[in-house]
Amino acid sequence: MKYFPLIWAGLWRKRTRTILTFLSIIIAFLLFGLLQGVNAAFRSGVEGANVNRLYVQSKIHFTEPLPFAYLTQLEAVPGISKVAYATWFGPYYQDPHEFLPAFPVDAERYFAIYPELKLAPDQLATLVKTRAGMVVSQELAEKYHWKIGDHIPLKSAIWTKKADGNSDWAFDLVGIFDTSAMKGFAPAMLFNHDYFDEARGFSRGMVGWYIVQLADPNRAAAVIETIDKLFANSTYETKTQTEKENAQSFLKQQGDINLITNLIVGAVFFTLLFLTGNTMMQSVGERIPEFAVLKTLGYSGTVVTVLILSESLLLCLFAAVLGLAVAWALFPAMQGIIGVATMPPEVLGLGFAAAVLMALATGIPPAWRLQRLRLVDALAGR
Amino acid sequence: MTSAVELRHVIKRYKRGKQSVEVLHKLDLDVPAGEFLALMGPSGSGKTTLLNLIGGLDRPDEGSISVGGERVDTMSNSQLAKWRSRHIGFVFQFYNLMPMLSAERNVELPLLLTNLSSAQRKANVRAALEIVGLSDRAKHKPSELSGGQQQRVAIARALVADPTLLVCDEPTGDLDRQTAIEILDLLQVLNCEQGKTIVMVTHDPKAAEYATRQLHVDKGQLVDGGAQHAA
Repeated sequence: MKYFPLIWAGLWRKRTRTILTFLSIIIAFLLFGLLQGVNAAFRSGVEGANVNRLYVQSKIHFTEPLPFAYLTQLEAVPGISKVAYATWFGPYYQDPHEFLPAFPVDAERYFAIYPELKLAPDQLATLVKTRAGMVVSQELAEKYHWKIGDHIPLKSAIWTKKADGNSDWAFDLVGIFDTSAMKGFAPAMLFNHDYFDEARGFSRGMVGWYIVQLADPNRAAAVIETIDKLFANSTYETKTQTEKENAQSFLKQQGDINLITNLIVGAVFFTLLFLTGNTMMQSVGERIPEFAVLKTLGYSGTVVTVLILSESLLLCLFAAVLGLAVAWALFPAMQGIIGVATMPPEVLGLGFAAAVLMALATGIPPAWRLQRLRLVDALAGR
Repeated sequence: MTSAVELRHVIKRYKRGKQSVEVLHKLDLDVPAGEFLALMGPSGSGKTTLLNLIGGLDRPDEGSISVGGERVDTMSNSQLAKWRSRHIGFVFQFYNLMPMLSAERNVELPLLLTNLSSAQRKANVRAALEIVGLSDRAKHKPSELSGGQQQRVAIARALVADPTLLVCDEPTGDLDRQTAIEILDLLQVLNCEQGKTIVMVTHDPKAAEYATRQLHVDKGQLVDGGAQHAA
């Protein structure tokens, strides 16, 4: 602590250069926080997947529908205790750029298979008996200031209505469910499949995918094989996966987000390493006579190394804290895009580790240069 | 009187390209404790090399150097650094202050290496600035001080850890005559009143007159009043 004024003074020797480097590091860690946050959020969806649930979807592509008639056949498969189904509705509310995860479902089946989604029993009962009823997640209700009883107009990017051919839909909000216990991807809107199926202009009698609950998770492989064999060589062949595999393959079909974000962060940090390294080398290079004086006064090579590393640590860590703090603050605003409202804490740990590594990588070369300094030459300006 | 500095048969060579040049030739020197010694000589005579050896900034190729009874020529780099921090105060021609630090922070630098508390360090810094007459400039940065004041701060920095020996390399070389006299008066006071042993390198015969003894270095050997000291 007693060396702090000396370290601080060294850091601000060239104010403009330090501020610009500082800003660059803040921006890099802001990007790091956001991109790694997205990565971690997606990974948590995969890692938090339930081992009891299987996803049955079209073998061709997950957007291809399956016949509603499969429901009874699935229920008859040994080892399956519950079956639910859902369809991708693809709506937006007011903002056409912000699609909401909304599914028409059999509400009783759906909430039974997802006990992590908490909906009050009376609201579930109301939803079942209200044809155009809808329940939404707490987050969505808070975001749009919706309350029970509101009439909510939505526009679907996929589904037109049989009656008038347009894609304007309207629902009555009858309940609000809690998704806090749900790990990974959670729905934001659920409404009655029967109402949707009768009203839609095409694909009637079809559903998007089935979710089945296993009586015994250890028999997952056998049940998967049975299901896919059951529908083999039919018009609608199936591909059955565990919830985890399904989450992984969904992400892969979106593109390898993990790889892309890692490449971007890697490129940013690589550039930053050179920028900060150059700043540190220049800064120390300009102060060679000052360090020579310190060594003359009795500062050992170790103390001088500690001073240099403290300077780079102070610069990198302070900027990293600010960059990650801004990313943390921006995360709730990104919920509509990535479906997660808070930055996973592991990203903070990773960020601090990256900042320390960067400080060491940029501080060690100039410190090494000072270790090899010949005092009499440095003092003589040679 | 005991010797503060004792050099025996000291040889120092430097490499210039592929050639090795002997800068000091079997040099002997005794500086009694409490002496104010002026080393004079033309450029390239070896006087700064001699000062660097006495101050523990460099090591001889042959011979021995003792300062305050300790052999410094056999010390490792880290031992030398520690030894310098305890026993030597340096004053340079161009002051060599840290430009971003205030006068008091500059003076405090040698004390950061000690185990003194913050309060003790502050008290010592105040005392050192008081001695050089700059108590009222403690918060000023070097750029806000005149050349003479900067050299006073440098002297306070050299004094603050109460060293055995003050090593001054052309301390008045960058100052006008009047300011140089003030600095030399100050060094004389430190020598006479505080008993500090001082070895000063200077080109200036008038500055050398402030010393209690003058020695000339010429071609790597000591010359006293024109008579060469036999090595």
